[in-house]
Amino acid sequence: MPEMLSYAFMRHAFVAAAVVAVVGGAVGYFLVLRGQTFAGHALAHVGFTGATGAVLAGIAPIWGLVFATVASGVGMGFMGEDLAQRDVAVGLILAFALGLGLLFLHFFTTSATQATTLLFGNVLAVSMHTVWVLTALSTASLLALAIVSRPLLFASLHPELAEAKGVSLVGYSVVFLAIVALATAECVQIVGVLLVFALMVGPAAAAQRLTRSVATGVLLSAVLALVEAWAGIVLAYYSNWPSSFWITALSVSIYVLVSLRRPAGGPLAASAS
Amino acid sequence: MNAVELREVSLVMGGRAVLSDISLDIRTGELLGVLGPNGSGKTTLMRAILGLVPVQRGTITVLGQRATRGNPAVGYMPQMRQMPHGIRLSGQDFVASAVNGYRLGLPVVNRDTRAQVARALERVGAQELAARPLSEMSGGERQRLLLAQALLGNPRLLLLDEPLISLDPSRQQEIVTLAKSLCTDLGITVLFSAHDVNVLLGAIDRVMYLGNGQAAIGTVDDVITAPVLSRLYGSEIQVVRVQGRIFVMSGNCCAEADEHLHDSHSPSINEPRKTHSHHA
Repeated sequence: MPEMLSYAFMRHAFVAAAVVAVVGGAVGYFLVLRGQTFAGHALAHVGFTGATGAVLAGIAPIWGLVFATVASGVGMGFMGEDLAQRDVAVGLILAFALGLGLLFLHFFTTSATQATTLLFGNVLAVSMHTVWVLTALSTASLLALAIVSRPLLFASLHPELAEAKGVSLVGYSVVFLAIVALATAECVQIVGVLLVFALMVGPAAAAQRLTRSVATGVLLSAVLALVEAWAGIVLAYYSNWPSSFWITALSVSIYVLVSLRRPAGGPLAASAS
Repeated sequence: MNAVELREVSLVMGGRAVLSDISLDIRTGELLGVLGPNGSGKTTLMRAILGLVPVQRGTITVLGQRATRGNPAVGYMPQMRQMPHGIRLSGQDFVASAVNGYRLGLPVVNRDTRAQVARALERVGAQELAARPLSEMSGGERQRLLLAQALLGNPRLLLLDEPLISLDPSRQQEIVTLAKSLCTDLGITVLFSAHDVNVLLGAIDRVMYLGNGQAAIGTVDDVITAPVLSRLYGSEIQVVRVQGRIFVMSGNCCAEADEHLHDSHSPSINEPRKTHSHHA
């Protein structure tokens, strides 16, 4: 174990994964609760366009990612409930976003590595600079989530009542999707555009099946994401297989195990929560 | 003082006039049944009392103040909707999220919140739901949770929007009895909208019937009559009373049969017409 920590890239990977996983797990909890998991997936795709566009413009891809995801997150928030019903439109926009990203890559003719990294992530290639950027972004999104979490929960569970009590449903939808967008941009650094679901939705969905209170649910979601990300890195180190593969494999396995453990509508397990 | 006063109120929803020039008073401390065909404006009127739907003309006064969003003295139980699939939150956390839910910050469930939730659950006889996950509750149990949540903050006016929808008859009676006891024991004014006046008979003090942009308010005997309902439906209506139950019929068909098709518990329109009652 200490041997792998003697490499700087491994230390960066562990720190970056920890910082991102905690945010992904916490934000993901609310994403699953609100039934908006598809939004996270969609934002990641749009982020691909942003990242490749930034590369083309000579800017660091992460800033293109952040800009594109946050802008579309805010847009989606304003469109509100309507968007959920427009799956064809959203699907087409996603396809176009990936296509556009491919075009940008085509113009920027260095290598396919850049594309692969964006699509599937490579936590072992994270630089110290990126670690700092990720830490700053994580702090910002966690802080924002902490500030709005109470009315957000109210608006998610009791929308009509929240509205009657003066909570702006659209306002919180916009703010929340902006936070999701930031979290997505961070997760892309670890698992890539296509596998964001694994880090943001897998642990959160598993945690919601295991807990009955919000506080323990959010906490467990973050812990699961962290464990999956770190274990993925360790397994990648020893197997020499891609870390993103291991992280997705763990995310899916844990979700499946949890689902099997307590089938829907099954007997009450004696859990104190 | 009346709990709610409507003065020459007109409400518009999606470009359609829902209520036109309505003036009426809802008395403090009464249990008022709110009836009328679908689209007659029961939900819209409640949302207007909550300040969520602007009045096009006229004024709505709620507990002595102009209707405004966020009035803490008004409790609201919205129509039950599809809950996100498989939410396993406990009944306590579900209700607790409504305690001061509009404030910024972390949704910490502290001792004070827990006490408030416990009181509300106790009032609706749902203490045992506190620890159970939402995903394992029946429709009636969820309705109780929503009712408990409407009672948070000790409201003086309670708006219950179709609390009986998709409940079986015995559960319906339980909810009606519960509403009645909240009204008599705590002195809360309750508006209770429903499809079937029969389940409310004996519990409600008065009834408000909406239809055709108009409203009639008064005792059941005064309002649910052929002339009044004919005016509200805009067609000839017959009212038949059999063994204490009330049947509302239009021509040779049940007036409301088609309106209940969306309810899971509604009788099919193809059933023998003579058995149709004024209910779902």
